[in-house]
Amino acid sequence: MTLPCCTIPDEALKPFVLSGEDAVQWVSDEGPGRKRIELMVPGIAGPDAMPAIEGALGEISGVVSVRVNLTAKRVAVTWDDGRLEPQQLIDRLAALGYGARPFDPRQTGLASDARQQSELLRALAVAGFAAANVMLLSVSVWSGAEAATRDLFHWISALIALPAVVYAGRPFFRSAAGALRSGSLNMDVPISLAVILASAMSLYETVNHAEHAYFDAAVTLLFFLLAGRCLDQMMRGKARSAVAQLVSLAADGATVVDQASGKRRYVPARLLTKDMVIQVAAGDRLPADGLVIDGASDLDRALLTGESAPETVSPGDKVHAGEVNLTAPLMVAVTAAGPDTFLGELVRLMLAAEQAQSRYIRLADRLSRLYAPAVHVLAATTLVAWLALGMGWHDALMAAVAVLVVTCPCALGLAVPAVQVVASGRLFRAGIMIKDGAALEKLAAIDTVVFDKTGTLSMGAPRLVAPAAIDARSLAIAAGLAQASRHPLSRALLAAARARGVAPVPVNAISETPGAGLAGTFEGRPVRLGSRTFCAMPEAADDRGLLELACRAGNGPPMVFAFADELRPDAAATIASLRAHGLDVHLLSGDREAAVARVAADLGIKAWRARATPDAKLAYLEALRHAGHKVLMVGDGINDAPALAAGFTSMAPSTASDIGRSAAETVFMGDSLKAVATAIETAARGQAIAVQNFAAAIAYNAIAVPLAMAGVVSPLIAAIAMSTSSIIVVANALRLGGGSGRSAIHFASSPSYDAASSMEKAA
Amino acid sequence: MTGLLILIPAALFLGGLGLAAFIWSVRSGQYDDLDGAAWRILQDDDTKP
Repeated sequence: MTLPCCTIPDEALKPFVLSGEDAVQWVSDEGPGRKRIELMVPGIAGPDAMPAIEGALGEISGVVSVRVNLTAKRVAVTWDDGRLEPQQLIDRLAALGYGARPFDPRQTGLASDARQQSELLRALAVAGFAAANVMLLSVSVWSGAEAATRDLFHWISALIALPAVVYAGRPFFRSAAGALRSGSLNMDVPISLAVILASAMSLYETVNHAEHAYFDAAVTLLFFLLAGRCLDQMMRGKARSAVAQLVSLAADGATVVDQASGKRRYVPARLLTKDMVIQVAAGDRLPADGLVIDGASDLDRALLTGESAPETVSPGDKVHAGEVNLTAPLMVAVTAAGPDTFLGELVRLMLAAEQAQSRYIRLADRLSRLYAPAVHVLAATTLVAWLALGMGWHDALMAAVAVLVVTCPCALGLAVPAVQVVASGRLFRAGIMIKDGAALEKLAAIDTVVFDKTGTLSMGAPRLVAPAAIDARSLAIAAGLAQASRHPLSRALLAAARARGVAPVPVNAISETPGAGLAGTFEGRPVRLGSRTFCAMPEAADDRGLLELACRAGNGPPMVFAFADELRPDAAATIASLRAHGLDVHLLSGDREAAVARVAADLGIKAWRARATPDAKLAYLEALRHAGHKVLMVGDGINDAPALAAGFTSMAPSTASDIGRSAAETVFMGDSLKAVATAIETAARGQAIAVQNFAAAIAYNAIAVPLAMAGVVSPLIAAIAMSTSSIIVVANALRLGGGSGRSAIHFASSPSYDAASSMEKAA
Repeated sequence: MTGLLILIPAALFLGGLGLAAFIWSVRSGQYDDLDGAAWRILQDDDTKP
């Protein structure tokens, strides 16, 4: 909100300072005597940037290699240790016009994601190779190879399948072993058992020159299941890396003033300590809590409180991390930094709310709780029954293995990941990033939506709404004054003047009084722009929840500009469509009563509350949860973070505060609120298809299991049944991808969206 | 039968070659920057990456 998309590049352009021990944590070792650092350069846009950056950095002496990653907008540099300081790289990039910040993939969890994904991909490749070759050999056996030929084929199959099973089965074996150690069963236990038993039995059969071997079943099983896992992993990885980028973009710092020497240096926010004195320039965000010791200014605390009107501070006043200094530079003595700040308090509140939330169990896991024991009981029953009927160990064991293989959750393992990948891909194209599959399932289950106002339902920036007709001259004078200020209302006035094609006139001797307004002279007459009192006007009895600026030239009649925080486009339509879907809509804001009431009336929201503190928001959400509601919380501010964490699931616009974005399970790009409805609708459709898929998988089992128990499932039948059921669920999942997810949403051309779209292309 | 003795190893060898190539490409990070790779091929100069 006060951190709209367009301020990110500005912030990122401020040269980052890497000094001493601070630099060490970003730098990693790359072989003997080599160091490596990754820099995030959000400004890399076109392909031209690639040779420019690689050329410029490559010229620095000591640099061994420079590699630009255009997709992730990052630069990886390696150099000979001791021959350069990483700061040189950042300064060189700054000289080229690119703001850079160090980036550590290990810290965002991206590194382990990437490792897991590449392990799964390799396992999938091995399983695919083995499945294709073993299947070819098996087809020859089924079509009538006999005696020595059959034995030869079985032996070759064994040589291919056994190493493949050992290699590609590891993800399942590990997870199954973990579950057994903790005394529970998961889906991977019957999978591992089926794969190991089928391979072992087949080897035994091969040694004894028997007719049937299940090598193909073991490896195709692994192949299908790994495909499901890979899809699941890819979907999570894609959204997470996009979100991680958004989060790490906003790393903050402050200019610390050394009281004794008067020296200034730039220090990252996390290195600030109590009693340091920091200078906060107009337009900067406060990095720590403190007391104002010098200067007077207006602070925008909308991210902290949800209040749209700025507050005036003077020496002695308390200020908090996260607030934005608007009018004049401030000297602040730090009273609390890092986790001790009011912001840190909110983060703790958020973490507590997250823990209180009972862990959501995914649909597939819920089913596997029933499924895994059922499979084991069926296989054991088959074994016992065959033994009781006097069929001998060998035949009994073969029948039991056939049950394990045939019931194996190929379709189940694919049913949900396939749907979720298609659904999240569709949402990703529409600018909606879902952090994981569980969030998608939860979105489908909600019955209540709670919105924050400032920055969520509204754009978070005021716009001129009245009077409708302004004479160009007054507007030009007002805009001339407004030019000198960072106050949101001044900015809005200036934007309105530009939109009407009015050029601001040059006003002389402008001075800004924090909390009051701007004064200057124009054509020899004093002109003023600010509060009503500042312009010598009586206060209005009722401002209808609008923000106002008065303007007066000389002793002429004053005029009043009224501003409102405009609603997002489609806000009304979105609320209406949510209601049409049978969802309850609530509005929960930290703003003034009048402003909230007006928005609630405009959108037809009956349940609303104003002046809600973060605690109050949290309590509101908890109350809804105790009443049995499943709540989607949509919010953006730091003050919404605890509520976001407490909601059954949560969404935040990409312009939200860092904490808001990381607390939310879903992040949407662009200005349109329609994303909320789109996400809910797609999630619901996805869930419906996932349930259909489960039904198909269960129907398949209902037919296949009795056959397997009766001992009539040959390897051929098992192979056909498994493949068919998998293909059916995947084909069904693809139905969801039909139609265009893009048409409904219009994007702002924000840098963050570019990141998302290029990420989409990469995947 | 003699044909099989040649064909099966040949098929496995070629398949294995493809598998090895794929695993190598994943390991060496060739899927990390698909956008960049698309543009790099169009660059005229021979700057070493």
